[in-house]
Amino acid sequence: MSARQVHGIVQPKSAASTILRVVLFAILGVFALYYLMPLMVMVMTALKPLAEIRTGTLLSLPHSPTLEPMLRAWDSACVGVRCEGLKPYVWNSIAMVVPSVLISTILGAVNGYALTKWRFRGAELIFGLMLFGAFIPFQVVLLPMARTLGLLGLAGTTTGLVLVHTVYGLAFTTLFFRNFFISVSDGIVQAAKVDGAGFFGIFFRIMLPMAPPAFVVTVIWQFTQIWNDFLFGIAFTAGDSNPATVALNNLVASSTGVKEYNVDMAAAIIAAVPTLIVYVLAGKYFVRGLAAGALKG
Amino acid sequence: MANVRLDNVWKRFGTNEVIKGINLEIDEGEFVVLVGPSGCGKSTLLNLVAGLETLSDGNVFIGDRKVNDVAPKDRDIAMVFQSYALYPTKTVRDNITFGMITRRVPKAEQEKALAQVSDLLHIDMLLDRKPGQLSGGQRQRVAMGRALVRNPDVFLFDEPLSNLDAKLRIEMRTEIKKLHRRLGKTIVYVTHDQIEAMTLASRIAVMDNGFIRQFAPPETVYEDPIDLFVAGFMGSPSMNLFKGRVVENGGIRLEVTDEEGTVLFPVPEPYAVAARGHIGRELYLGLRPETITREGTQRPGTNVFAFERMIDVVEPTGPDTMLVFTLGGLEAIARVHPEDKAPVDTMFRFEVNMDRAKLFDPESGMRIQPTASAI
Repeated sequence: MSARQVHGIVQPKSAASTILRVVLFAILGVFALYYLMPLMVMVMTALKPLAEIRTGTLLSLPHSPTLEPMLRAWDSACVGVRCEGLKPYVWNSIAMVVPSVLISTILGAVNGYALTKWRFRGAELIFGLMLFGAFIPFQVVLLPMARTLGLLGLAGTTTGLVLVHTVYGLAFTTLFFRNFFISVSDGIVQAAKVDGAGFFGIFFRIMLPMAPPAFVVTVIWQFTQIWNDFLFGIAFTAGDSNPATVALNNLVASSTGVKEYNVDMAAAIIAAVPTLIVYVLAGKYFVRGLAAGALKG
Repeated sequence: MANVRLDNVWKRFGTNEVIKGINLEIDEGEFVVLVGPSGCGKSTLLNLVAGLETLSDGNVFIGDRKVNDVAPKDRDIAMVFQSYALYPTKTVRDNITFGMITRRVPKAEQEKALAQVSDLLHIDMLLDRKPGQLSGGQRQRVAMGRALVRNPDVFLFDEPLSNLDAKLRIEMRTEIKKLHRRLGKTIVYVTHDQIEAMTLASRIAVMDNGFIRQFAPPETVYEDPIDLFVAGFMGSPSMNLFKGRVVENGGIRLEVTDEEGTVLFPVPEPYAVAARGHIGRELYLGLRPETITREGTQRPGTNVFAFERMIDVVEPTGPDTMLVFTLGGLEAIARVHPEDKAPVDTMFRFEVNMDRAKLFDPESGMRIQPTASAI
């Protein structure tokens, strides 16, 4: 509710209510700080030279902030024996995330549309089974998936990882689009059928233009899930094809004598930035998409 | 132009029978209204004609063509939906031309059809708006426009007016009737509103529970209902029904008794022969509210009968006043002139036009048909 709407509502005014209000905001403030603290420590540590970290405390502000750890984390820190920073792995992640998100989202949209607007015998059962896919723990699919990728000749490649994420993501993307399209009146589809449009004609020209809220929700969800994934990344890629999350882990683990906390923190920030950007740019639409029914059952 | 013929049409959803063997012949250029309570299968029947549902059994013909397996787009029909079903992301212009675009109608022809229809429906100034920016009545017009540009053999309307407010509904009703006169196309129109059915139809098909009870012109459905269901469904307020025993007491009479005394309705001449066969048994007497008025106000020369009852409720509607009373334990309504009304809880002398009375068999629910000359 916006402040304007609250404004007109009559509220009791007394000393007690004022005190309660102050206490309320104080508690909220403490919680906000609690959640922001790790991020603050991360950012501050990443900006400090190594000497300052050793002498100062965790919470002290950087005296002479430097971007040097950022740059080192980006293109010269050592991940295992390869000292090119996170850069190549971030590109790996992008090469993996973009096709996975696009393919799984588009297939999910087609699935959701077919399951709601072209009901066929067993559609409910198929949806139920797909939904079940959303609850299968990652660990369960590791071995069969590794075997499948091996048979397909995709073991250890980014393409293989794209396949894994696309298949695993279908359960979620189908769910989102199914829940969105189910709220669209069947009459619209019937009208389009009478107007002479076919399955894909209706999909591309009537349904997709209505679905941006569902797209935003799905893309954000899929992007965050796939970018942040560690388990599939570490299980199905090797060395040079690792995504950023796995590389980050390896970077932190590769110690060459001195532990460079500032570089570690900077690398963590680099690995986290894309999801943050997506939230900042599209978060507004995410909430709107939720309200538009993309997530409600 | 084309006629529509349904030949023993069945529709089942699983074990649920929604349409139970319907035969219906709709003539070319006719305006047929399918009317009935919700769940009677009227929309399903329309969807079967449209091809939006598949038949379980039977045949559907449009013109000379059997269309059982013809897709909706190839049936040469246009449909207006209850929810209007406008494409929300398209402008009014694109909503109307979408069908022509999918059919690859030449651009010039599209423009011409669009101009014609938008002029006819007075939506020319709305063409660049989106459905969300239109009022209910405007949306309704756009939905009609989308159907009209198709220039089909048959128009199908699925409760097109039920989402409009009362005033607009009456306006659009007239517009649709004008449109039909102007285009002369076959129209199949579904509604649950019996007044819409009466005003629009050239013939009404009254449906109940998957069957067509009666298929006849509006006047016939109203004045000669085939059974209790049709009699009760058509007309608002609905027909008064009194349960009475057939007796012979100075002619054949129908005896209705309650704590206020006995009323002996004389059975009109055309029904006397049939009623005689029911002596000693019970029949329903059907009297439309407008046939019950204040004593002495019926047109001279009608076969009137007067009785007295207490007024329970007075409901003024403006042009008429409804007097609610109880007879034989059943509530009834008389439709009188406002100046004829009397206060609540007073005795009132009602007068009935017995020429318009109907008799029904309570067991079968069927109307007892008059013998010899009709009403």
